[in-house]
Amino acid sequence: MSKRTDSNGYTLLFAIGMVLIVGALLAFTASSLRPMIDANKRIEKQQNILYAMGVNDNDESSAIFISKDKVAAEFSKYIKKQLVIEGDKITEDANAYLIDVKKQQTAAKTGDVRKLPLFVGEKDGKTFYVAPIRGKGLWDAVWAYVAMDKNMVVQGAFFDHKGETPGLGANIKQRYFMDDFIGEDLMNNGSFKGITVSKSNNDPKNEDKNDNEVDAIAGATITGDGVAAMIKSELGLYVPYFKTLK
Amino acid sequence: MGLLSKKDAVLITDPLLDNNPITIQVLGICSALAITAELKASIVMAVSVLFVLAMGNVVISLMRNIIPSKIRIIVQLIVVAALVIVVDQVLKAFAYELSKTLSVFVGLIITNCIIMGRFEAFALGNGPWRAFLDGIGNALGYGAILIAVGFFRELLGSGTLLGFKVLGDPIELTGLYAYGYENNGFMLLSPMALIVVGIIIWIQRSRNKALIED
Repeated sequence: MSKRTDSNGYTLLFAIGMVLIVGALLAFTASSLRPMIDANKRIEKQQNILYAMGVNDNDESSAIFISKDKVAAEFSKYIKKQLVIEGDKITEDANAYLIDVKKQQTAAKTGDVRKLPLFVGEKDGKTFYVAPIRGKGLWDAVWAYVAMDKNMVVQGAFFDHKGETPGLGANIKQRYFMDDFIGEDLMNNGSFKGITVSKSNNDPKNEDKNDNEVDAIAGATITGDGVAAMIKSELGLYVPYFKTLK
Repeated sequence: MGLLSKKDAVLITDPLLDNNPITIQVLGICSALAITAELKASIVMAVSVLFVLAMGNVVISLMRNIIPSKIRIIVQLIVVAALVIVVDQVLKAFAYELSKTLSVFVGLIITNCIIMGRFEAFALGNGPWRAFLDGIGNALGYGAILIAVGFFRELLGSGTLLGFKVLGDPIELTGLYAYGYENNGFMLLSPMALIVVGIIIWIQRSRNKALIED
C-alpha cells in the first residue's frame, strides 16, 4: 500500500465515491428491472393459485407450474370469481390476486379491517376456493395457497418460503409434503381445527384424512410448526365466509 | 494444464488438496454445515460460490492499488454484496425460476467467509488473472468438500441422491428397507455435517503428515 491511500482525506473521499457509485448502480439496476420483476411476480401468483386447484404440469414426483405464456389464458378460464372479504362485506374484484397479504396483515394490526382475497375456481365440475395465506417459518416468511371445497376440506396446496434451510425447511415446497395436505379436513366435529404438522402422528402414508395432522419433515420442526400456525390463524379467518356457503 | 504456467496451475490445484479452504484453511464452515443436507443444494451452492468468488476476486484485484487499507474490509463487503444483489436482480427479471432456487443462497454467499478470506489473503496482493484462478481453485476446493458432505448426508439421512430413491422406498419397504435398514435422521442435522467434515480432515491428514500442525 502506498502512502497516498493511507491519508484520512483520501479514505473519506474513497468511501464517498464508492457509496455513490455502488448506490447508483444498485438503484439503476433495481428501477430499470422493476417492471419485469413485477410482471414475473404477477405470473407467479397466478401460477400458484392455479397450482393449488390442480391446474399444473406436474410429472410423477416434482411440482411444475403451467408455462408462463399459457398462464393468463388459463387463469381467466378456471378462475370464475375473485372475492374480497372485508368483515361482512363481500365484493368481487378482478384484481384481488394482486392484494398483498403481508400489507393486509400489517394493516389488521393497526386496527383496520383486513381485506381477505379468495379465488373461486371451477375445474371438472368441482368448485374450489383458493385462499392465499402467509406466516413465519424458521428464518423468514412462509406462505401458501390452499384450495378447499365448500366444507373446508383441502383439495390442493402450494407452499413456498423466502429463506428456509435448503434440504430441510425448504422442502415444504416439495410434492411429498404438499400432497399430504390433499383430502385433509380443516374442520373437526363442526368446528375449525386447522392442520398440525406432526412428528408423532404415526401415519406416514397419510391415510387418515380426518386426524387434522400431516407428517412433519425431519430436521424442519420450526418450519413445520410455522406452517401449522399459519394454517390455523390465517385460514381460520375464512371460516365465517364458508359458514355462509352452507 | 497446457494453458497455464506451472505457477498458475498451482493456484487451481493447491486449494483442491493440500490447501483446501474448508479442511485446511477452515473457512466457509458455516455454509458447509447449513446447506449440505441434500446433494442438490450443495451443488447449487458450489456453483454460486464459484461464480461470485471468481468475479469478486477479479474486481478486488483490479481495485487493489486504490483501496484505502483502513476501510478495506468494508470495501470488500460492499463489492461482494453489490455483485450478489445485481446478479440476483438480473436473474429475477430474466430467469425467475432460477432466482427462486438461488434466493435462499444469496445471504449465505454474502456472509461466506471464504469470499472475504480470499479477497483479503490473495486478491489484494495479486493481479486480476492470478486472482481469478485463485478464486476458481478455492471455489472448486470448497465445492468438492460440500458435494462430498452432501453426498453422504443425503444418502445416509434420506436414502436418496439428488432426490432419487437409490436405496428403495422407506414407506413401502422396498430395496434395502425390506431387510430392516433404516435412514439415520441424525445425518440431516448440522452436527453430523461437522462430523463428516471432521472425518474428511482426519483422512486427509493421515495421508499427508505434513499437514498436521503441532
